[in-house]
Amino acid sequence: MATDTTTVAPPGLPSKADRVGRRPALRRDGRFAGIFLAPSLGGLALFTLFPTAMALAISLFDWPVFGERKFLGIDNYTQLLNDPVFRRVVLNTALFVVLYVPLNLVVSLGLAVWVGPKIKGRQAFRVLFFIPVMTPMVANVMVWRLLFQPGGLLDSGLESWFGINAPNFLGSSAWAMPAVVAMSIWQGFGYNFLVFSAALDQVPQSQLESAQIDGAGPLQRFRYVTWPMITPSIFFATTMTLITSFQVFVQPFILTQGGPGVATQTIVMYVYNQGWQFLTMGLASAAGWVLFVIIMAVTAIQFVGQRKWVQYDV
Amino acid sequence: MTSETLGRRVRSGVSHTLLIIVAIAFLGPLVYAVSTSLKPADEVFTPTPHLFGSEIRWQNYADAFTFAPFGRYFLNSLFVAVAGTAVVVIASSLSAYAFARLQFRGREQLFVLFLGTLMVPQEVLIVPMYWLMQSLGWVDSYWALILPWAFTAFGTFLLRQFFLTVPAELEEAARVDGCGPFRSFLRIMLPLARPAIAVLTVFTFISFWGSFLWPLIIVNSVTDKGTVPLGLAQFVGQQGTQWNLMMAASILAMVPTVLLVILLQKHLVRGLLVTGLGGR
Repeated sequence: MATDTTTVAPPGLPSKADRVGRRPALRRDGRFAGIFLAPSLGGLALFTLFPTAMALAISLFDWPVFGERKFLGIDNYTQLLNDPVFRRVVLNTALFVVLYVPLNLVVSLGLAVWVGPKIKGRQAFRVLFFIPVMTPMVANVMVWRLLFQPGGLLDSGLESWFGINAPNFLGSSAWAMPAVVAMSIWQGFGYNFLVFSAALDQVPQSQLESAQIDGAGPLQRFRYVTWPMITPSIFFATTMTLITSFQVFVQPFILTQGGPGVATQTIVMYVYNQGWQFLTMGLASAAGWVLFVIIMAVTAIQFVGQRKWVQYDV
Repeated sequence: MTSETLGRRVRSGVSHTLLIIVAIAFLGPLVYAVSTSLKPADEVFTPTPHLFGSEIRWQNYADAFTFAPFGRYFLNSLFVAVAGTAVVVIASSLSAYAFARLQFRGREQLFVLFLGTLMVPQEVLIVPMYWLMQSLGWVDSYWALILPWAFTAFGTFLLRQFFLTVPAELEEAARVDGCGPFRSFLRIMLPLARPAIAVLTVFTFISFWGSFLWPLIIVNSVTDKGTVPLGLAQFVGQQGTQWNLMMAASILAMVPTVLLVILLQKHLVRGLLVTGLGGR
């Protein structure tokens, strides 16, 4: 399926296909359109648009799960900014993003280039690396929890094979975050691996070969032939990975419960704790909106920055 | 054979071998999980790692179902995932058809609004969604597990892109013969779109199957309405976790998704958008 790879583009970008859809032949469909659109439109309005607005409203209230609600204005937001735990979880989330996103991209792009478009059995690698992307995250993390456990494979393996006395990875404030990052990369890099190998398949072999004949080494060929052609995929992968990494939740929730202390607690865990442990929905909603604004800002920066390095018409 | 091609062959042989080692290391955690799932309870933690215990205990897989109500969890997950997927596929194929084929005022603006909803992360929505479920009396119900996340613009986007590639002539001929948009949608478009719908179906099913944060919030009676991820998470941090049984249950939770990925391997790329941000 050659058309498959064209899906790997940032959603929402106008494509040639958009113009094809504007055919004058089919007209006066207004009333039918209403019926066709009703389920999706109704569902999105009730379950996405309305809650988005409500989230903002709730964040301006003292809003316990049960009991009296009181309008607070921006007090929840000022309380968040003054809460040392919230500041810490923002830093933790940022640290996770800073470690996870570059490592994920380097591992997935490196492996995609290494496997290359020509190697036999590359489909097997795609399927293999994609498996943990699709298996239930909780099940994946359970496996890694056992792996990191004192007495688990890592501990006993390091001890008996290398004579190294392993730390208690999940219980140590130095090791807990790297453990969460390592688990997340194992779990998630198959997604970008697939994005990149699909993009590499589209690079014409003839151009690589003629560059080789002109005396370009492998690094030069990658830099001047391959790289410009895969920048749209790199941009797509970076953006998606950034957005999802700010939302990290299950890995620390199951591996460490945010611990030790709050060393691995993330923004989403904070939202969950405020909302469903302390039952303060207003504060939870405000924290959710702060996350949303961070994600929007980072995505906007990405989209502005892309003009400098992403090449769509090569 | 020149020495140059020989050198290249040796290099590619070494590279291939190293890749296979990487693949084996990557599989390590899963192998460890399977290995643990077949060990007797007192052999999970040993000073030196062993692939096999003193016996291969298949009984662990049956024991997992009596240790915790995993039978119930699996049925709940299956029901929620199938029902949710059905809603997603029906709603998105209908709206995708409208965006791809029907002419109406404000179509482009409405489509942008649809795509705009993709930007809102689930974490912003969970608080008001919980309040909405309270207001509807849906807390701790199957409705709440199925409906809130079954209207995503991903399916609409994915299917619209596919519908646009179907030649309009196919439908125009039918419309000239007096075929209305509904029949044209059902008789011509849907059968042609079967591959795209299959991709959407599988990826949506998998995303429902693995979803954790929302069930964690909305389910109170875990033994009654709990899904598989929720059932697994029950045992985190408990003293004396039965790791061999937990691994057996984890493996069982993975098996359906692994099979679907292998089955759908040719179409994984198309599913990237559905999986990328749709992990609800």
